[in-house]
Amino acid sequence: MNSHQSALALFAAQCRRDLRLMLRRRGDITQPILFAIMVITLFTLATSAEPNKLAQLAPGIIWVAILLSSLLSLDSIYRSDFEDGSLEQMLMSPAPLALLIAARILVHWLSAVMPLVLLTPLFAQMLFLPGDLLTPLMISLLVGTPLISLVGAVIAALTVGIRHSGMLLALLALPLYVPILVFGAGAVVAASQGFAWLGAISLLGAGLVIAIVLAPVAAAAAIKISLT
Amino acid sequence: MNDFSANSIVLKVKALSYFRNEEKIFGPIDFMLAGGNALLVKGGNGSGKTTLLRVLSGLLKAQSGEIRVEKPGNNHSDLSHSSAYLAHKPGHKAELSCLENLEYLQAIFDHADIGLIEAALIKVGLGGYEDTPAKQLSAGQNKRLGLARLLLSHSPCWLLDEPYANLDLQGIELVNRLIRDQTERGGAVLLTTHGAYAAPDVPCQTLVLADGRGHS
Repeated sequence: MNSHQSALALFAAQCRRDLRLMLRRRGDITQPILFAIMVITLFTLATSAEPNKLAQLAPGIIWVAILLSSLLSLDSIYRSDFEDGSLEQMLMSPAPLALLIAARILVHWLSAVMPLVLLTPLFAQMLFLPGDLLTPLMISLLVGTPLISLVGAVIAALTVGIRHSGMLLALLALPLYVPILVFGAGAVVAASQGFAWLGAISLLGAGLVIAIVLAPVAAAAAIKISLT
Repeated sequence: MNDFSANSIVLKVKALSYFRNEEKIFGPIDFMLAGGNALLVKGGNGSGKTTLLRVLSGLLKAQSGEIRVEKPGNNHSDLSHSSAYLAHKPGHKAELSCLENLEYLQAIFDHADIGLIEAALIKVGLGGYEDTPAKQLSAGQNKRLGLARLLLSHSPCWLLDEPYANLDLQGIELVNRLIRDQTERGGAVLLTTHGAYAAPDVPCQTLVLADGRGHS
């Protein structure tokens, strides 16, 4: 007894559980993808079919589509754990909640957001994005989307006790996403105009490093507040 | 199963009250529960039984009163790290099998002996259901899975919220047997019931919650 487990073992146990859950709910993985494809299709239908104009808008459209899609899946980070009492067990366990939450966020990003990043070359084709802009776009998404998940997880933790919190969650999270969107999509726009674009990515990267350290702790504190 | 040295845990509650939005849910109540004993909390629906257990478990903070846990090596003012809590919610994932659920809970509760899981499942009557997803179990079997979690917890104090709900006669007998084992090991058990079931045959105090006030 009391063989104090290493943080790594706890993190691994939480990841293992959440990856298993992800595999058992395969339908949940396809939904964000279909949503993003539809948003992008709607943009092309509503704006113009001219490749030149679409190509100009493409970075912004892809960023907004992925951002909205990940916003919709935010609520699922804690919802089922809250409803079936698993969150209470996590709170009562001696394991640091922030560590368990960090694993939870990682698996959420892997299941709900990363597939969208991997499909970005397809989205880029749909919107006639010039081939040389795909690299800046992919890099901006790879650095920016984990930041979106981390920030969103803190907001979702604040609303976990509230039923039907979807709209409230969006209203709280979207203002915080503005800088991420500005730097992320802005880097691609800068690249398209031939400017240096790595500066904006570096700022996103700095934000990501800070969020990796602080967001799980903040989310754990927020969960304790919203459950009591 | 490890034994707790006799009466190793003592729970002392003094003038404990809980308010939600200025409305009193229960209190003030006083009681003392020592290892080897059970406390039966009785009361009708809405009398604050569940809230009392959540306060004791550390999930809620009471506004007034005092909870003292006297246990060797304890430095918490509540039972959050020295109790196992069986609530109305199952506390495990419907998509995962019994074995996977218990393995995960063993890991986060810092219990190394994974080998005891199958024995615990057999003890609660879920032998043969190791690989069955919890969502394919009945409500009573889900409760039994929760009981297996208690068995594995080695906690000196069990907090059981309506442990008899959804269980058949053998299930009720099982709960009573587990409570007896726990008290004989020197552990404490706090259980709530709305009064339709007989108390387990162990040294048992009764606390009746009525109009939010406790009477011993």
